[in-house]
Amino acid sequence: MKVKQISIFIENKSGRLAEVTRLLGEKGVNIQALSLADTSDFGILRLLVDNTDVALETLKEGGFTVNKTEVVAVEVPDQPGGLCEILQVLDKTEVNVEYMYAFVARNVGNAVIIFRFDEIDSAIETLQKEGVNLLTREQLYGL
Amino acid sequence: MIVNHNIWDPLHECLERRDLERLQLARLRATLARVSQVPCYQNKFKQAGVGPDDIHTLEDLAKLPFTVKDDLRQNYPYGMFTVPMRDVVRIHSSSGTTGKPTVVGYSRKDLNDWSNLVARFMTAAGVVADDIVHIAFGYGLFTGAFGLHYGAEMIGSAVIPMSGGNTERQIMILKDYEATALVCTPSYALTLADRIAKMGHDPRTYLSLKVGLFGGEPWSEELRREIESRLNIIATDNYGLSEIIGPGVAGECLCKKGMHIFEDHFIPEIINPDTGEVLPPGEKGELVLTNIVQEAMPLIRYRTRDITCLHYDKCECGRTLVRMEKTMGRTDDMLIIKGVNVFPTQIEEVLFQVEGCEPHYQLIIERKGTLDTLEVHIEVNENIFFDEMRKQRAFVEMLEKRLATNIGLHAKIKLVEPSLIPRHEGKANRIIDKRNK
Repeated sequence: MKVKQISIFIENKSGRLAEVTRLLGEKGVNIQALSLADTSDFGILRLLVDNTDVALETLKEGGFTVNKTEVVAVEVPDQPGGLCEILQVLDKTEVNVEYMYAFVARNVGNAVIIFRFDEIDSAIETLQKEGVNLLTREQLYGL
Repeated sequence: MIVNHNIWDPLHECLERRDLERLQLARLRATLARVSQVPCYQNKFKQAGVGPDDIHTLEDLAKLPFTVKDDLRQNYPYGMFTVPMRDVVRIHSSSGTTGKPTVVGYSRKDLNDWSNLVARFMTAAGVVADDIVHIAFGYGLFTGAFGLHYGAEMIGSAVIPMSGGNTERQIMILKDYEATALVCTPSYALTLADRIAKMGHDPRTYLSLKVGLFGGEPWSEELRREIESRLNIIATDNYGLSEIIGPGVAGECLCKKGMHIFEDHFIPEIINPDTGEVLPPGEKGELVLTNIVQEAMPLIRYRTRDITCLHYDKCECGRTLVRMEKTMGRTDDMLIIKGVNVFPTQIEEVLFQVEGCEPHYQLIIERKGTLDTLEVHIEVNENIFFDEMRKQRAFVEMLEKRLATNIGLHAKIKLVEPSLIPRHEGKANRIIDKRNK
């Protein structure tokens, strides 16, 4: 139920984000979703890609500092109140969310929320117990 | 300009050179006899095959081995003291050092001598008993504040022991207490001027200041002119280092043609920093000082690492003491930032202590407005890169806190992408000093 994500350290100056996408594009890596957290000095770029290993290797070769992390992809009904239900579940179970971001996955047809939890295993257990639909990597990429 | 009346100790400050040299030799020999009781010097003299008995003239001083900062570290904390602790009444330390600072001790007589030495250069700058002296150096282990404090009291001035920080409060106290003399770093003098102007007042007339005694960091003639015109005061320079005594080694008179070294207390030499050879008068080199009066911790041929040159021609002020030029740099890589001495290795040590942190760093020193800033650029690697912003920021804050504790000043940490810092190109590339000196 865990999905691999890569995080890239990016200095806050022009052209760095373009450089990441250029490197990945050249290797035929497709970006499924991204989120960027930034300060005035630097940013942390998180990517879901169809080929994590190739992306990781490519970016490292390109001189970037890259980490692989595990996140949870939650399917959320694409309708009013859909996200609220999920958040209420999290709220009452004391699961800590480090960050989250959302996108609409073509092959899923619904909204997908990516969650980064501080304790991923217990978070997955809790969410499943509450009947939340977690997506596998295969489902996410339509493999 | 003849300003004879501005001499605190005419007997010692205006000695004929022949008499001065006679006094120096007698004091040197007495000091050598005392330091020979200390194991550190015993070993040094033994290794060099010389001893106090080989010193018959001042020129013989060159036969003795140098003392370096590392000797003080190896004998930390009290190994260089030549008197028992019962005779020590004060302990100070060098500013901004790592875990192991260098320690200096003072006997009661040393404190009295020190106060008189400071009184000499304060008097030379025009400070008198009627003055109100505002001291904006930080009080603490650092010798600056206490040195000036006791020197001003010796003159009979009213001392305001303000210490550092809180600029608006400083200005209020300066204004309300009608301070006439200001003691701080030269850059802080400009900060005060800036703030007074920002508050809507004219810095030239708002305060009662007439003179400023600035030290703790190197400063240029341009900066002096700027301070003098913006605050409408006389600005003088003085020189000292904690290992030797603190402020009070040398100071300017109103002729402003170099700082008179108080040679009846300290014998100056200029050496070639690479060979150790003594250079003739007027040549530029590293200043070496021998303490010939101090009781608690006299240092013999201490290498200051400061580059300067000495002028022996007579000064118009009437003093016969040699004058040293403003220091022109260092023979090591020590940086002086906001008056704090910082060695790049200290920063490196802090980085090394953090797990996973490789010492690929660069120091960027700039002068923003009137204040120095230090930025430490650190290359991010996988060990110190966290996918969560909270952790990443906590990491930066932790490093900033550790640096502040270890080097005694706030440095901004900036994380940068790897390989943007030049590698294997020597130490110089690690330091980018953008301040124009």
